[in-house]
Amino acid sequence: MYCTLGRITSSLQCVALYLRPVRHRCGVYVGPHVVENRGGQNITRHRKKHTTSLSQSQTPHHHNPKVPQTPTWECVREDQLPLPTKVPPDLVDKLERLALLDFRNQDGVDCLEKAIRFADQLHVVNTDGVEPMASVLEDRTLYLRDDRIEEGDCAEQLLGLARNTLEGYYVAPPGNIPLPERDEREVLLKYSEM
Amino acid sequence: MSEEKAGNGHRPGRAGSRLSQELVGVVGLEIHAQIHASTKLFSGSQVRFSSPPNSLVSFFDASLPGTLPVLNRRCVEAAVMTGLALNCTINKKSLFDRKHYFYADLPAGYQITQQRLPVAVDGRLSYGVLVDGSQNHVLERSVRIKQIQLEQDSGKSLRDGHRSQTLIDLNRAGIGLMELVMEPDMCCGEEAAAAVRELQLILQALGTCQGNMSEGQLRVDANVSVHRPGEPLGVRTEVKNINSARFLARAIDYELQRQMAVVESGGTVVNETRAFDFKSGQTIPMRDKEGLQDYRFMPEPNLPPLLLYDQQTAPMDADPTQVILIDQIQEQLPELPRVTRERLVKTYGILPEHSFTLVNEDDLVDYFVSVVQRTKAEPRKVIGWVLKDLLGQLKQRCLSTAQSPISPLALAELLDLLEAGRISSPAAKLVFQELWKGTGRSAEQIVEQQDLGVMRDHGEIERICQSVIDSHPEEVRAIRGGNRNVLNKLMGRVMKQTKGRADPLLVRTLLEEKTS
Repeated sequence: MYCTLGRITSSLQCVALYLRPVRHRCGVYVGPHVVENRGGQNITRHRKKHTTSLSQSQTPHHHNPKVPQTPTWECVREDQLPLPTKVPPDLVDKLERLALLDFRNQDGVDCLEKAIRFADQLHVVNTDGVEPMASVLEDRTLYLRDDRIEEGDCAEQLLGLARNTLEGYYVAPPGNIPLPERDEREVLLKYSEM
Repeated sequence: MSEEKAGNGHRPGRAGSRLSQELVGVVGLEIHAQIHASTKLFSGSQVRFSSPPNSLVSFFDASLPGTLPVLNRRCVEAAVMTGLALNCTINKKSLFDRKHYFYADLPAGYQITQQRLPVAVDGRLSYGVLVDGSQNHVLERSVRIKQIQLEQDSGKSLRDGHRSQTLIDLNRAGIGLMELVMEPDMCCGEEAAAAVRELQLILQALGTCQGNMSEGQLRVDANVSVHRPGEPLGVRTEVKNINSARFLARAIDYELQRQMAVVESGGTVVNETRAFDFKSGQTIPMRDKEGLQDYRFMPEPNLPPLLLYDQQTAPMDADPTQVILIDQIQEQLPELPRVTRERLVKTYGILPEHSFTLVNEDDLVDYFVSVVQRTKAEPRKVIGWVLKDLLGQLKQRCLSTAQSPISPLALAELLDLLEAGRISSPAAKLVFQELWKGTGRSAEQIVEQQDLGVMRDHGEIERICQSVIDSHPEEVRAIRGGNRNVLNKLMGRVMKQTKGRADPLLVRTLLEEKTS
């Protein structure tokens, strides 16, 4: 089964075309105000406002002074970014095989290129001397478990989840089923339930 | 300048510029050692060989949604112990990553490993290559260890040819593995086999891996290439499916020969994965549908970095079960094989190659030491009996030291009799064979019952020698004519008549006197 980039596609398209958020919760903030807006309460209030009224009318006495009245970030200029990335068809094919995605047609690939362009804005940030962070939990202690037997012995339950089993083994095809070639795939999809 | 040898496949440009050099092999090993622990690396399921399929699988091992990995402390300690024993630098901070690929025996679609920053790096494994033949001594060699990392094992897949399907057993999925990556410092199958044997002994001495290749506890993949010294390394192939140390040497040597033949006939070696078929002794290309794999490594988001400490740097208020101290583990390392060998040579005065053979066999060191402690005979004499007589018989009958019908005490008694001069050495061999039958009699009892004690009656011996001489006039003439070797034949006759009980030296002296 192939996953399409449907819903994500449309929202990213909106974002990518203008290179700045349009009254949207996600976006790239480039500026010092980001620190002040981090307070949990503020964000909650902001969300609430967003869902109840999309229009600009906000009664002044409800407004939190820490939240600016107008957007404060600056657009990132084209010349600040590296060259736009083109995704060649071979690479698209490879990505589809590795991640089992389907770009369907050129629009899908365009969308991907725009998404990459949007992410290119991260290059503006100066990360000299900063260690990359893989997870926000990286300063937590890794818990070490005792070497004691506490799990297992649930073969019936596990095998019960599989459609096809044989004498206590899961049944799988003889090898990885190779993905059909591009042309075959389009034909397949036309007639699939997706 | 020498011309190219006919048919040597030199490239034209190099004609006459230098002497044609021999192709040499370059071998690097990747070893997966299954960690000897009660449970798996990230879950609490039991680790056991040969159980009903899928009975040792937890929800995490089956990759059911909502499960998370929890690191097993014992596995980390095992990796640190192994790293220290191999002189590695232990990284105080190491990271876990995901290596993605699709296969039915990897339910999650990725394997948790340590690609960016493994737990140990830059080590060295020293091993000895026994040089057989007249020299019979040991050459010291070493190979650099690039890194040691912790990773998960995959499940087992069984081919069901009849119904064209694969059967998956996840009992093995999630077991902790130490992957040892070695630099390509070896040149042939013999070196690789010796290195792996030494590694097996070290891991068994540490208790971190039982090292049984036939049970899959130690898996070796070899990266093999050929080149001429001074030139860049050649294209390498990976050889898999090697199930014993014996096959390892054969597989590597076959592959080296195959590659040399390809290069010398002007061809190029293809970068591929080959499987070793032990029946034919050849390597066969594996179906390579995937092409170059891209594993899309990414940091494992569910596991923070693994931090290790020294007694000095450990946090003060930390829970001791949550802190692993590297120097403490270093202090508690058991005696490694190389130290055992040195100790044996120093304490008992045996030769280095003897110590290699002793340490190579399970329990043989203990057996030898037991005998030495119970007998008056010198260790140098004991070692001969242990390595030639005892070990020879054990090997012939495919028995382990623990299964020997002769206990250390029994052998010690026999050696005492020999030492006291109560029996001759040929008689001792006979007694040894009787003891092997395991009738419950001691060496003394056998000597008495079969009358194998040294013949004390000088007159009797002389009489027998005379009778042998009288009945072999031809041989006597040959000896008097200068052919001394025929004396051995007469000696054999005398020994046979005396049932080996006469002192060989005395017999020889008497015979020489009488035939002079």
